[in-house]
Amino acid sequence: MKVLVYAEVRNGKLKSTAGELLTEARRLLAGKTENIHAVLMGEGCAAHAKTLATFGASKVFVVDSPTTNTYQCEPHIQTITQLIQKNGYTLVMGPASPTGRDFFPRLAVRNKSAMLTDVISVSLEGEKVIARRPMYAGKCIAEVASQSSLTFVTLRPNVIPSEVLNASAEAAVENFAPTLNEDAIKAKIIEVRKGKSEKPDLTEANLIISGGRAMGNADNFKILHDLADVVGATVGASRAAVDSGYAPHDMQVGQTGKTVNPNLYIAFGISGSIQHLAGMRTSKVIVAINTDPDAPIFQKADYGIVADLFQAVPLFKDELKQLVEHS
Amino acid sequence: MKILVLVKHVPDTETKVKLAAGGKGLDDSEFKYMVNPYDEFAIEEAVRTQEKQGGESVVVSLGPTRVQEGMRKAMAMGIDRGVWINTEGHSGELDSFSVATALSKVIAEEKPDVVYLGQKAIDDDSAHIGPMLAELSGMPHVQVVTKVEWQDGAQIARVEREVEGGMMEVYEVKAPMVLGAHKSLNEPRFPPLPGIMKAKKKPLAEKKLAEVLSETALVTVRSYALPADKAPGKVFKGEALPDMVKKVVGLLRSEAKVI
Repeated sequence: MKVLVYAEVRNGKLKSTAGELLTEARRLLAGKTENIHAVLMGEGCAAHAKTLATFGASKVFVVDSPTTNTYQCEPHIQTITQLIQKNGYTLVMGPASPTGRDFFPRLAVRNKSAMLTDVISVSLEGEKVIARRPMYAGKCIAEVASQSSLTFVTLRPNVIPSEVLNASAEAAVENFAPTLNEDAIKAKIIEVRKGKSEKPDLTEANLIISGGRAMGNADNFKILHDLADVVGATVGASRAAVDSGYAPHDMQVGQTGKTVNPNLYIAFGISGSIQHLAGMRTSKVIVAINTDPDAPIFQKADYGIVADLFQAVPLFKDELKQLVEHS
Repeated sequence: MKILVLVKHVPDTETKVKLAAGGKGLDDSEFKYMVNPYDEFAIEEAVRTQEKQGGESVVVSLGPTRVQEGMRKAMAMGIDRGVWINTEGHSGELDSFSVATALSKVIAEEKPDVVYLGQKAIDDDSAHIGPMLAELSGMPHVQVVTKVEWQDGAQIARVEREVEGGMMEVYEVKAPMVLGAHKSLNEPRFPPLPGIMKAKKKPLAEKKLAEVLSETALVTVRSYALPADKAPGKVFKGEALPDMVKKVVGLLRSEAKVI
């Protein structure tokens, strides 16, 4: 088994998924790090090679080309396909992020190999790659098996805790110049607009504070944003809140929105429909605040308070502020 | 302009998932099906594209007899005709790769300028078909599309895609192309009554899966499991709210150790 990890860089920053992927690769190969390589693409990405080495990448390929500096599907596929041909990887892993999920399925087809998407664990039976992946937004977990000698895997962010192997490790860096066929780029990136928020996306957030229909209107979401700012949380919303126009679609948590798995999920005024619970049930700790003691969300909550959210939010803000200031 | 839209039939979002005896499969006896929610945005965009650019629109679905319901819904919203890939009687495992190859045969026959589909299906959550079908058909794809603007001549589109944290990527895309619709792309119309009546008479061609299936599955599902149920949590009520909040925040630090 020889593994290549795609370490994603966005806006010059290395995504935390890189450490998670390398940690999982090390576990899979029982520590045989000589068989674990990583590839970096994107502007200024070379600076991250050392970090990848500390997580156990024995070799880091750095691709520095104007064509790959800003993410585009086609050049990423060409580059990784050439690396596979050159080095004979049998497993290629990347994050199940919007970027990974955009190009990995296409990359797998170009190499006529199995694609295991959004998995939460990987295992080996001999050379056969097996993985577990949630389906129906987490209502069930499927065990899936690759039927090809080369396998592509995207790993769900935030599931595997990343562990540094050797903090003083130095990377063996190799600059890699792919032969890029630019004519094949039929979807050309012309602009990247940064989001208003510097906070992590819901799918990668460690802390999420969500509001439901009980928020009443869009302006009221401001109190959740204020609370979230105290602890650096990302704000989410239920489908009811989004459908009522209180929050934009990209904030929606649930089966028809985003599936999230933060360390802490605080739900204000969310009753907990089946489709919402499916999207957040893998959160490590769930806190629910709702006026209705029979709301289904309390069945899934680790901690709950039967109360009005508008009274509870300022109190949470004060308590959390104190905690942050005294730690 | 030739516009094609792919529609999948999925268990509705209120469905409780149960395992079939032995855990090899799911018990689908109580499943109620609906058009995959993201596909509704794809259908709406297909209809709007035809309204602006003219031409013809086709809905394609792969599945058992019941998927015709979804195809009729697409036709009621304005799609002209349908091609149904009938999977009745098929016993082998289908994965996204084999399904994408079957769909690519229909694409090769129909030669659309654009293929719309939902950015993912809410049953398997794979989001594979768009990129895989595009690769097999030699077309570019854009996933999680929130805006499509056709340039003059409708051979190039300016397409916006949502990435993360509100970040957007804007692409210039050459037709033919595959576009995966996201929720904020448009507001799907309710099928109007005359549309529902007309849809019943629109042509729906049938192909047997065996006619278009050329590949075996590269991924097989071995078994399913249900996620472990959590132990009941601590729910506070009836005390003074500041005390309850203090207790919960204290427990988040001392017991749960998450902050």
